[in-house]
Formats: sequence, structure tokens, C-alpha cells
Amino acid sequence: MSPAPDRHTISLTVNGEAVSEDVPARLNLVDFLRGTLCLTGSHVGCEHGVCGACTIEVDGVSVRSCLMLAVQADGTAVWTIEGLAESGRGADLRAAFLARNALQCGFCTPGMLVSALEYVEAGGTADRSAIREHISGNYCRCTGYQAIVDAVCDVIEGRAP
Amino acid sequence: MSEKPLSLFDRPNSYIGRSIPRPDARRLLEGRGRYVDDVALPRMLHAAFVRSPYAHARIVEIDASAARSHPGVVSVYTGALMAEHVSPYVGVLTHLAGLRSAPQAPLAVDVARWQGEPVVMVLASTRAIAEDAAGLVEVSYEDLPALCDPRQALSPDAPLLHESLGSNLAWTRTVDVGKVDEVFARDDVTTVSQTFQFGRHTGVTLETRAMLADFDPADARLTIRYSGQAPHMMQAILAKHLDLLEDSVRIIAEDVGGSFGIKIHTYGDEVATAAAAKILRRPVKFVADRHESFQSDIHARDHVVSAKLAVDADGHIQALAFEDITGIGPYSMYPRTSAIEANQVLNLTGAPYVMEHYRATAKVVFQNKNLMCQYRAVGHPIAMAVCDGLLEEAAAAIGVDPVDIRQRNLIADNAYPVKSASGMVLDDLSHHATLQKLVALMDYDRLRDEQREARVRGVYRGIGFCSMVEVTNPSPAFYGVGGAPIASQDGATVRLDAGGGIHISSSVTEQGQGTHAILVQIAADAVGVPVERVRVKTGDTDTVPYGGGTWASRGTGIGGEAMLQAGLALKSQILDVAASILQSEPGALDVRNGDVTDRDGNVRISLSDLARTVYYRGNELPPDVKPELIATRHYRVTDVPFVFTNGAMATSVEVDIDTGLVRILDFWAVEDCGRVINPQLVDEQVRGGIVQGIGGALYEECLYSNDGQLLNASMADYLVPMAAEMPDIHVAHVETPTKTSALGAKGAGEAGTGGAPAALLNAVNDALRPLGASIWQMPMTPERILKAVGKV
Repeated sequence: MSPAPDRHTISLTVNGEAVSEDVPARLNLVDFLRGTLCLTGSHVGCEHGVCGACTIEVDGVSVRSCLMLAVQADGTAVWTIEGLAESGRGADLRAAFLARNALQCGFCTPGMLVSALEYVEAGGTADRSAIREHISGNYCRCTGYQAIVDAVCDVIEGRAP
Repeated sequence: MSEKPLSLFDRPNSYIGRSIPRPDARRLLEGRGRYVDDVALPRMLHAAFVRSPYAHARIVEIDASAARSHPGVVSVYTGALMAEHVSPYVGVLTHLAGLRSAPQAPLAVDVARWQGEPVVMVLASTRAIAEDAAGLVEVSYEDLPALCDPRQALSPDAPLLHESLGSNLAWTRTVDVGKVDEVFARDDVTTVSQTFQFGRHTGVTLETRAMLADFDPADARLTIRYSGQAPHMMQAILAKHLDLLEDSVRIIAEDVGGSFGIKIHTYGDEVATAAAAKILRRPVKFVADRHESFQSDIHARDHVVSAKLAVDADGHIQALAFEDITGIGPYSMYPRTSAIEANQVLNLTGAPYVMEHYRATAKVVFQNKNLMCQYRAVGHPIAMAVCDGLLEEAAAAIGVDPVDIRQRNLIADNAYPVKSASGMVLDDLSHHATLQKLVALMDYDRLRDEQREARVRGVYRGIGFCSMVEVTNPSPAFYGVGGAPIASQDGATVRLDAGGGIHISSSVTEQGQGTHAILVQIAADAVGVPVERVRVKTGDTDTVPYGGGTWASRGTGIGGEAMLQAGLALKSQILDVAASILQSEPGALDVRNGDVTDRDGNVRISLSDLARTVYYRGNELPPDVKPELIATRHYRVTDVPFVFTNGAMATSVEVDIDTGLVRILDFWAVEDCGRVINPQLVDEQVRGGIVQGIGGALYEECLYSNDGQLLNASMADYLVPMAAEMPDIHVAHVETPTKTSALGAKGAGEAGTGGAPAALLNAVNDALRPLGASIWQMPMTPERILKAVGKV
């Protein structure tokens, strides 16, 4: 019924480091990151592209890593929450999340941060409904979202020249 | 001499009452969380389950030969094979007199009784291979009639879910106080009656249920990493049913990705995972996928309530009567049972109000759907929506404002302690004060003006309220008294280490509420050290004191009180040693900011120096000084069965009568959870709780076909609140500390979920009232609203 899956060698950079691995064709990118590379900061919440917990950055664009195969990431530059934290990128956003308690259980948080950072870095304004619209693809069951919106607004206002 | 010393809570630098950040938050923000699925062990196997595609079917034959020979598969268990290793469990408690259920096995043995019930377990080297092989298992079923509607399940000719029980009624209870029938027969009362329907919904924890079990045969030790709220309960349950000593089972709960009551139950797939580890003597991991979560995580609510309320001409409540029929699936959930929610509905309905005549009946019914059990705010949304829904309906009927009718009926703030009509002991509540503060906060008069103005423009806005109570800080009366292995007390240990920092551990657990922050704040204040010098450990039965965990809004009220007392005990130990070292008296000394000081705050010796003297240079101490620098205290509620909180909530909504969509314009909540330890964390609990309440009121529903097929078992089809639709929520507090503890804290985690649905129901009906329409079913979907207004 299911023959041994095809395997392919992929080469990419993950959090700035060159990675080359032999992977099954059917392996999801998030499973590759979590299982093969032990980058467990990206979370699996639904495996069908709805909840946003697995959101990462691929070639500068936020991507649901449960909807992308590892083989599709061949040749790309991938950033996960671990790399963002170590590089310092989005440090003000993480500090604002901390100050506002914009996370409770923390499971949605890595994906939420990637989506929020995308909004902030694209020059999004501190418009609460626009922020809410932007993060609507990231489910949070704990906070009710308000503190997250507060944190994003704080960062935008803090970054304003 | 000096005046009375300042209490712990009044000291100028007290952490209690301050919003300090949570100690775990930075770690979680940097991707360094450790959820169950983040851990991998050598030789680990992965479990996948074949689940019943039928709501009710006899298992005729299972052919697992192709699965067994699939490369990478290590073992396959049918229900019969697994049952050889696990003793059956039955979800009944003795204090719920008459509650019945049938023995359950981890995997269905002869008959599958809900769609999604695990039938076969496959263990393989990867989850993908386990799933491949699960697809190769051939199960022949004989389809049996599915009983889905609890009302039909109660009819005399209905087929039986469990032959041995003789009927599909699991439990019934009636509370009958006063002379209800006489009141409704009077001609000087106005009676309103409605049938309320509360759909099934579920927790949708973003981290699904997960377990990693490992068995070390060398010392017969089962170590379980689990995502859950009650480690010691799991220890007792797994030991009992896997035939191990309790002390041979270690339960570790590190980071938990949301729980909300979902993860405090006994799930067959998890029991099978633990059993497989024991049988195979190697690690086994099971992580539910989202589809499995919808099919097997406990569902909540599922009530049909026929209710009536009588008020006199002044709007004073004269009597309330209702019957609640609730469907709980094919078994009562083990070990907490599925009768608690209905019991709560009987206990809580009408509890905010003065009421003499009250009759309530609950019927808890078996059916062929997934199991129903305790989820955040157990019973509260039903209890509050029924009473406050009828109250606002009655107010409209006699032409009284909804705030006014509450003021006429709420128990007076100076009347406590009192008993509710159902017999609940209520104390330290503040319904009038919270309502008054709410009305000011929301600028009620202005809102009514705007509503009138909007109606002129053909825009249907509504304002709805809820005055509520919440059960928190439960005593043994909740579970322990009925025979469940669930601790009602919690413990805390506080230890001074040589470096001058303190290490604390507690049996309450963290699932994101901020338990760790609360414990750190309390311990830091009680001992007298900076919060940065406090390390906290929870969630490991090997290292924390014995206790119940975090559920029923008990973490702060019970675990916090234990921590306060342990911290004060350590401080007393420190002062005794310090007095000896400094040749002083304990009463002349204090501990402040990590140092032993005199009463004026002059530093005499640092805690680090003191600890090093004790630990390294004991020779410097007099021989008769035998210091202990570690203290453990336990706490349980003894005065009352539960410590109730109260709150007042309101919302303003706009209903689009062409699309049926409800837009929440604003939401306000005034909570009284006693002493607030960390205002930010309490506010966030209230907000998060309200949003889950909004979910149940407007969006979330587990939809079943008539033959018991769950129709929307995916995130795409099951709607949860998303950021764009949610309002900003205004939260304020009244603080009436409970007299049952020194800390004075009550719970706050469930109030929002308990009260928000009632406020929303009232707001929508307020909006629809000019049309002569109303809705009494949740979730209030666009289709149902359009039906209510006669558009479809």
C-alpha cells in the first residue's frame, strides 16, 4: 500500500547555518526541523495549515511549515524562533510580549512571533484592527489576543522615529 | 514600642499585588519550551491508533497481519490483547449517589461506542510508519444503531448502550426547596419559560494530548512525561491499572501547551501508551493529531434545559424551576466522572440571587458520542445563562431595566455568610459592588442612548449582563470524598540554598496561567528575598510535595496558601539560626531583600553568609543548634466545600439581521477573586476565559450527524475565536479576601468562561427584542439567528 518513500538530499540554511540532509519525500518541513534538526521551537498544532503554531520564515516570507515539504525547502534560507532569538532580531517584540504577558502556555508563541514580526518589519502601523487581522491565522487559546495586540503596538510605537 | 507591624501584604516592597513578569516566559519566547513532543528517548517507539469509524458497532474480526509484517512495526495490540495488561476502570464516585457507568478498557474490546474510540494500537519506529501500518489493519464491524439524542436515549423503547445497566440513564438528582408549584400557580407573578440548548464544544488545546512513557525493568519504574494538570492523580491511576506500586510510577509534566480541563482525565490511548512501554520495556510516545483530538479529547456541555422563572410585580424572584438533560457519551469519564457538570448546574443556578423556591432536576444520559466531561468553568455557563437569561427576559416582560432587576435580587453584600437556594455556603462576595463598578466602567447610560440612536438607523445593538458566582478552591468535597485518587490539599517546600537563593517546589502545576510567577511572588515575600533569587519546580512526582495539581481554580488559593505558610516557616527557621549566630533574639530580626536585618532594616548578615555558616562551617554554631533551612507546609480548605468568587460582566453587541452575524463591540468584567497576587496575570486569566466563553457562545460546536459521525473534526471546520473578531476586554476588580486562608486569594481562571455566554445571550436577545425575536441556543450561529428572526 505504501512503498518505501523516495528520499532526496536537500541543502539549505537554517538559522544561518548550512544544512544538508537526506530526507523522505513526504517529510513535512516542520517535522524535518523538529525531528531531524532538533529545532523543537516550531510547534505542530494542527498539521493542516490552520492554527499557525508552526509558522516560520522561508526566504523572508512567513510560511506554515506543516504545509511545506522538506524537499521544497531545498536551497532556501529558513529562520525559526531559535535563530531569531539568538540573532537578536525581534528582541523588542519578545521583550514586549514579556512585559504584556502576551503568552500563556507558549505553544502558539513562536509562530505568533514570526507573524507579528512580519507585520512590524513590513512597516505595519499600530492599528489594532489591522494587527488583529494580520495575526488571525495564528490561533491562541489562552490569551484572548488583546495582550498580543498590545505588545505589537508597543513595539511599533517604540520603533517609530 | 512600635505600632502593629505591617502585614505581609502592606509592606512597602511587597511583591503581592504587583505585576511581575513570569519566570518561564522568556524561555518560551525563545523557543526553549519543553513540551512532551520535544523530548526524544533512545529506542523510542511511536504509537498510532486505528479508531472506530462507527458511532456504535460490534467488532467482528480484526486482521492485523499486514500491519504486523510492515517494515518498522514492532507491535500491534487489539483491545483484547491490551485488556490483558490493564485492569478495567469505571467512572463513578460514591458521593454522586446512584451514578452508574460501565467498565472501560483502553481500546474497545467487543463493541465500539463512539466514532473515534481507539480500537487497535500500532507501535513502530516512526509515527509515519505507525500510521502507514494502522491503515493496513482490517477491522470488520457490524454496525449497530447509534443513539445520539439524549432525550431519545431515555425513551423506554430505546436500545441500551450497556445491557448490564438496564437503562441509558447514568445519574439523576433533584433539588427541591420551598414550594415551587404553589408559586408558579399564583396569579400575582409573571412567569417566563424557555428551553435552552447548549451545544457540545471542546478545549482545542493548541498542544494536543501527548505522552512519552518509559519503563525501566531494572527497578520496575515507569516514567511518564505527560501534558497535563494533575501528576499525582495520574500516578495513582496508572499504577492501579497497570498493576504497579504508586511509588514505581513517576509523572513529569514540564511545559503544557494549554489544558483548560482537557488534560485531567483518563484517556484510553494514553493508558495504552503507558501499558505498551511497560510491556515492551522501551519508550513509547503518543501525540494525538488534531483529528484525534477532536474525536477523543473530552467534549463539554451538551445540555438541554427547560426552565421557568417567576417574578412578582416588582421584579423580585419568586421561584426558579428547571430540568437539565445532558448527554455524556457512552461512559462516565474516569476518574472525575461525567456527572459533575450537571451537579454543578443544580448547585450554581440562581446562586447570586435571593431565592426561596427552587427546583432543579438533572438527567445524565449515555449516548453514542465522544465522552463529555469537565472543561473550564464546569457547569457555570449553563447555570449562569439559564438564570440570567430568564431574569433579563422577565425584566423585559415587566418593564424593568436589567441592572435594576439585578439590584433588586442580588444577595446583599453585607448578608454573608448565607446559603444559596441549592444549599451552597456563600461568603465574602460582593455582587452589588461589582455590578455598581461595572455600570460605571461601561458608561451604561451612554450605551443605552447609543443603542436607541442606532435603532433609529435600523441597526440592532444589544447590551447584556451576567452576575455570576464561580466555584474555586475546592475542599475534599469535590472528588476525594467520593473515592477518587485526587488530592484536595497541596503542598509547598521552601529551601534556603548556600548561595542565598531559595528553591521552592509545589504540587500545583503550570499550564500557562502563571502559577510559577504566583508561587515565586508569594515565597519571595514570605521569606524576604528578591524574586530573582527564587527557583521554582513543579510537575514532577519525584520531587514535589504530594498534591492535587491545578484545576478548578485552585492553584493560587490552595497552592499559594501552602507556599505562604512554607515560606513563613523557613523565615522563622532563618531567624532562629540568625539569632544564634548574631547573639540576638529572633523577634529583633527580620529578613529583607535577601539579608537578615534588624527591625530597622540594617543588614546584620546576608542569607548567603548564614547558609554557608550552617552548611559549611557548622562548627561555628553551638552544638545544641541544629538548624533546618527547609520547610514544607500543606493546605486544604476546611471551613467550606468551595470558596466562591463573584463577578459582573456586560457586553455590547451588534447583530446584522441580514447575515445573522454577531459583532462584539465591547466587553467589560468586574471580578472579585479575593486578594489579587499579580494583577496582570489575573486580568489575562479573565480575558482568556472570556474569549473561551465567547467561543462557546458564538462559534464552537462539535457537530454530529444523526448517526453519530463527528462532522467537523478539523481546525478548518471547527471555529475557535480568532484575533480579528475578538474585542478588547475591560477588566476591573473588587477585592474581598476569603477568610478561609491567610493569603485570602480565591480562583480567577474560569470566571470569564462561566459568565461570558450569559452576557452574550442577553445582549443578542436585547438586540433582537424590537423584532419580537429571541434565541436560546448556543452557539448563536448566523443560521440560528436568521431562523430566530424568521429570515430563513
